[in-house]
Amino acid sequence: MDQRPAIELRGLTRHFGERTALRGVSVRVAAGATLAVLGHNGAGKSTLLRILATLLRPHAGEVSILGEPLPRRGFAVRAKLGLLAHEPLLYRDLSGWENLVYHARLHGVGERRVEELLESVDMRRRAEDPVRLLSRGMVQRLAVCRAVLHKPALLLLDEPRASLDPAASELVEPLIGRGTGATRVITSHDPSAAVAEADLVLGLKDGRPAFVGPPEKLDARELRELYA
Amino acid sequence: MTVLRKDLLLELRTFETVPAMILFSIVTFVIFHFGLNQATIDGQLAGGVLTVTLLFAAMLGVNRLFVAEREQGGFDAFLLAPVDRSAMLIAKASALFAFLVVLEVVAVPAFGLLLLGPSLGPPLLGLIAVLALADVALAVIGTLVSAIAVNTRARDLVGPVIGLPLLIPALIATARAAAPLLAVHGSGAPPGKWVAVLALYDLVFALLAYAVFDFLLED
Repeated sequence: MDQRPAIELRGLTRHFGERTALRGVSVRVAAGATLAVLGHNGAGKSTLLRILATLLRPHAGEVSILGEPLPRRGFAVRAKLGLLAHEPLLYRDLSGWENLVYHARLHGVGERRVEELLESVDMRRRAEDPVRLLSRGMVQRLAVCRAVLHKPALLLLDEPRASLDPAASELVEPLIGRGTGATRVITSHDPSAAVAEADLVLGLKDGRPAFVGPPEKLDARELRELYA
Repeated sequence: MTVLRKDLLLELRTFETVPAMILFSIVTFVIFHFGLNQATIDGQLAGGVLTVTLLFAAMLGVNRLFVAEREQGGFDAFLLAPVDRSAMLIAKASALFAFLVVLEVVAVPAFGLLLLGPSLGPPLLGLIAVLALADVALAVIGTLVSAIAVNTRARDLVGPVIGLPLLIPALIATARAAAPLLAVHGSGAPPGKWVAVLALYDLVFALLAYAVFDFLLED
């Protein structure tokens, strides 16, 4: 594993009006490693992902992604990161195929890659159906395809297996799992699953870092407190 | 082109915007017909009625321009792509321009049938030129206003409240430029002064929109 940090945060702070969503978050993630971000609802997990995805600006502290400082060099890292968010970021009235081709064009990727991805998540048969007619699990499979269309070096995965049954989870594993070789940041409400695939855990409590370290050092009591 | 193609495809799938604009304009012509209590109109009155109707119909399109981006995550998806953000301004303004052209293809003949006294035939080329310049102003200012309004809770209110005052100079210039074209025994060409005002307004707002649009998409 390359030890050059893919993500480096120093004292990251972000406010929404009077409310502080993140305060003093510092972490260093090596290239190819997986960071699990744990915490209760509203702990700041999604805000952290949106800052890493260049969609939100940090209000204090330093953020560096793949060697590029944010937000100044946001443009340079966008082509290298893939975000799987709570929302699928797909147009409901377009088909899966049309959505993916649209995103592929934005990223300068050919239609061949779209075909490959649809095949790999077993969505070729339903590719022409409008997204609004698909089940949540199917939409999530398309969202995974959208996030990895351009083979990103950094995957930001917010509840990546939400709405997926075990079979669908297996289908998307080659696209977002450890085998991709990408650096991954995963948030999950299922801490045991996230910890199981993590090299590093960041526990957030009310926006503050409550735990930073390897998963084996996170004991059951600390884990419970993160979700208390 | 990618964003524009997607916007046109979405409109073809949903028919949410253009049919509403067309229906609104025709209903407004009927209302003017009864409200003015005149069988036909011409000249300055005709220019004003046509321009105001198209302006209000355009606001329906302006209000819906960014709704899919806001509600279905299109903004985030676009911002995650390594493309120049002004591409969205150009695509959205082009989409709105296209919607306005379709609106006018139906609404202007309807205006000729329902309200206008003189024939539309002789001044048609001049009228197309004036409306094309007006459409640029509506498309550029509409896109700018829509991008501001879509992030507010009262977006249906904010769009017209900001957009209509900004469009008053374009409204005046369009109505004045169209008036002699719609007059009985009127001119075949629009007055140069008002065409120049409209063109200058288009240019100023196109440059302004290009300069500030990035900031509107910023967090």
